[in-house]
Amino acid sequence: MELSLKQLGSLIYDQIQNREFPWIMMQSRSTDNILYDPDLRQYVLGDRMIRRHSRNIRHIRPFTQLVWTAWFARELMRLRKTSTLREVYYSARGQRDIEFKHQAESDNIITDLETALNRPRESFNIFPEERSAIFGDLTIEYTVPGYEGRRMNLTEHPDGVMIGPAITSSKFVETTADKVLVVEKGAMFTRLVEERAHERFNAILVHTAGQSPRSTRSIIHRLNRDHNLPVYIFTDADPWGVHIAMVIISGSANAAHLRGLATPEAKWIGVWATDILDYKLPTENLTDFDVKRLKELKGDPRYREELWQREIDIFLKIGKKAELEAFSRYGLTYIVDEYLPAKLDVM
Amino acid sequence: MTEVEYQSISPSDFFYRNREIAGFSNPSRAIYAAVRELVENSLDACEVRRTPPDIYIRITEVTGSEAGPSIYTLRIEDNGTGVPSEHIPRCFGQVFYGSKYTLKQARGTFGLGGTITILYGQITTHKPVRITSSTGGDIHEYVMMIDIEHNRPMILKHTVMGNRKGWKGTAVELQLEGDYSRSRYRLYEYLKQTAMVNPYADINFVDPRGRLYHFERATEKIPPLPKPVKPHPHGIDVETFRRLVAVTKARNMKEFMRGHFQGVGPTTAEKFLKAAKISPKAKPSSLGPEDIVRLVRTAREFKDFKRPDPSCLSPIGEELLETGIRKELNLGAGDFLKVVQRKPATYLGFPFIVEVAIAHGRSIAKQSRGGITIYRFANRIPLLFDESSGVVWKAVNKDINWATYKVSADTPLAVGVHVCSTKIPYKTVGKEYMADQPEVEREITNALRSAARSLRLYIARSIRIARERRRLDIFERYLPKIAEFSAKLSDRGEAPSIEPLLAAVSASLPEVEKRIREVPQIVEGNG
Repeated sequence: MELSLKQLGSLIYDQIQNREFPWIMMQSRSTDNILYDPDLRQYVLGDRMIRRHSRNIRHIRPFTQLVWTAWFARELMRLRKTSTLREVYYSARGQRDIEFKHQAESDNIITDLETALNRPRESFNIFPEERSAIFGDLTIEYTVPGYEGRRMNLTEHPDGVMIGPAITSSKFVETTADKVLVVEKGAMFTRLVEERAHERFNAILVHTAGQSPRSTRSIIHRLNRDHNLPVYIFTDADPWGVHIAMVIISGSANAAHLRGLATPEAKWIGVWATDILDYKLPTENLTDFDVKRLKELKGDPRYREELWQREIDIFLKIGKKAELEAFSRYGLTYIVDEYLPAKLDVM
Repeated sequence: MTEVEYQSISPSDFFYRNREIAGFSNPSRAIYAAVRELVENSLDACEVRRTPPDIYIRITEVTGSEAGPSIYTLRIEDNGTGVPSEHIPRCFGQVFYGSKYTLKQARGTFGLGGTITILYGQITTHKPVRITSSTGGDIHEYVMMIDIEHNRPMILKHTVMGNRKGWKGTAVELQLEGDYSRSRYRLYEYLKQTAMVNPYADINFVDPRGRLYHFERATEKIPPLPKPVKPHPHGIDVETFRRLVAVTKARNMKEFMRGHFQGVGPTTAEKFLKAAKISPKAKPSSLGPEDIVRLVRTAREFKDFKRPDPSCLSPIGEELLETGIRKELNLGAGDFLKVVQRKPATYLGFPFIVEVAIAHGRSIAKQSRGGITIYRFANRIPLLFDESSGVVWKAVNKDINWATYKVSADTPLAVGVHVCSTKIPYKTVGKEYMADQPEVEREITNALRSAARSLRLYIARSIRIARERRRLDIFERYLPKIAEFSAKLSDRGEAPSIEPLLAAVSASLPEVEKRIREVPQIVEGNG
């Protein structure tokens, strides 16, 4: 069920007009309502609903902030502008009484709005700051003001193209690639571009810059779903990398209220703990925090499958972790010349 | 071998040598004591006449010095009964001559009525006193001094003047050494607190700088006069008993007991005499010294006398006390004031009545730094010194747990305690605090508790009101914005009215709705 911003406004207006204290219902995002759906293979919200009611003295402030944010978003759409999360936080400063105490408060209200409307914030023009990139033979057509109808191929700029509102909102026209390679680190992404990996592997390269932002995940999802491109994820060999891969595959708890951000078919193909042993990579010791994290993951329903359990056990057994760059011990291009082809052949 | 000299001294000589026991211990205290003696005298005189007192006080500097004591002229005028001409010299010029030696409530210690003040003025300035008075007829003016050695007046000049306007009253003018700058705060407090418990008095005070302090009268009502009563057996001592026996006309002891004491009926008299092993038929003149001692001892322990008669007492009364406190503490309509008058009680055979007042509110907060300000009164005169030594301080600070009445350490409170009795239990002479007699302490504590219960209700209500106001504030702040942005968001034009919603919120506590504008917010934080 989708509600447009204007409808939300009408709803509230009518309630006041009828001498009722306005309220809205939305799915509860508390931890006891975030569930892993094994069929969908991602986090979803359960059935519990909450009511935010302006008669309740504890709710009235976030309620007011929600209405303001909805209006602000609609203004963005009307003016065909985008805003980052932080800009929303600052924009509220112009309003007495409802200004946000810190950005977390503002981010939370925006998420509330997403939940209430059942739409991701990017659809009402609020974007995070850009930091991930994409490179490869994909032709896109812009929809942003001033660029409507214009097309671009994503091999045009050798540094890769930043994934921002323009890319995220563009139409994917055509591609000759037959896979997507996702890497978490900038150094590896640059290495791949320099080595013309997009030609050698016929792939679209995506750099997530650590934990992938929602826009990036949504692009990966679209390439997989709409263009049937298999997705292969390369991260460092450590619990953090494991988690980055899993978020791309089955989504994050924070976005449990949204769809279209997870790519359950995506595969994590390295760097595994097994690879550390097979390739005798230079390593570091796992910290106590790493060990704690691995143990948590072991019990997490998403990591039930054999691959994850096996790799987590090996990490714990060897007590070591390694970065993608570690392959440089065999030469700068080893990773592209030997490692990747070996992995992809198996797929 | 040194000669030991023996002599007797007159009462005035005694006070001359020991003036600090009457409060004249140093120059600054002396001015306070002087004004006090004369003001109390005037108040009594006016009350006897049943007139609302008009009292005029003036202090003028005669010779100054840079620092320390100077000579001042002190003049006090009242519209009381006046003193008959033939009594004036001895009333003011002789120690222990006056109208206050009967058993009823009276202001002032020793009943000296101003004579000590005149004595002090004389010994520090060697100037005479001028007394002007009339009881309705001619006005008599005496310029006189005291012969201290022989305790008698020395008249220097006596003038008689016509009294066309029929003025009644007394004016006393004398010079004395004092330190006004040191005592001015206390003097002001004394007059203000006097006005508090005598709101029917109109007091004008002109200080050496020419400033007028006017304590306006707020009512014409005067409390009823105390009536002289017979002593109660519990409070009798051997000497008084002996004197009564010496002058009695009773034919037997039963008649004696019934006639000279209060609270003794016929059956009680017989029962008591039996307990004291004296025959009811015995003649009073037949009593020997051991009999008298035994009678007095038995009287103290005997439990069946009627309670002492309180008609010898004149409490301020709840209405007057309220009027006075409201006036002098500037209480507004929203401030809290509760006055409690206890029923008469006794200690050691002396009747007493306790009256208590508690005030709280914005006006009190403005005048104080937080915490409890104590006002003490005995027989309608303020006590200003030695606060922490007395029973009132003990009752307020030790016997009451203020936290149970929702009073914290910072809550600004004014607590007034008045004890009236035929014998105020002063701990020592010349001091301004009352001893902690258990009965008196108990009465004060119970009165305070009773008033504090009302205070608790008031504070609880104030907290509730403050909380309601904060709640209403929140809705008043956010609802308009919700309305505004919902209208903008839905392109509907004007924002819908939120008045019905605000009305719904404040209607949940109807009396709050009215009070919210009136009651000042004096409770913060812990609502």
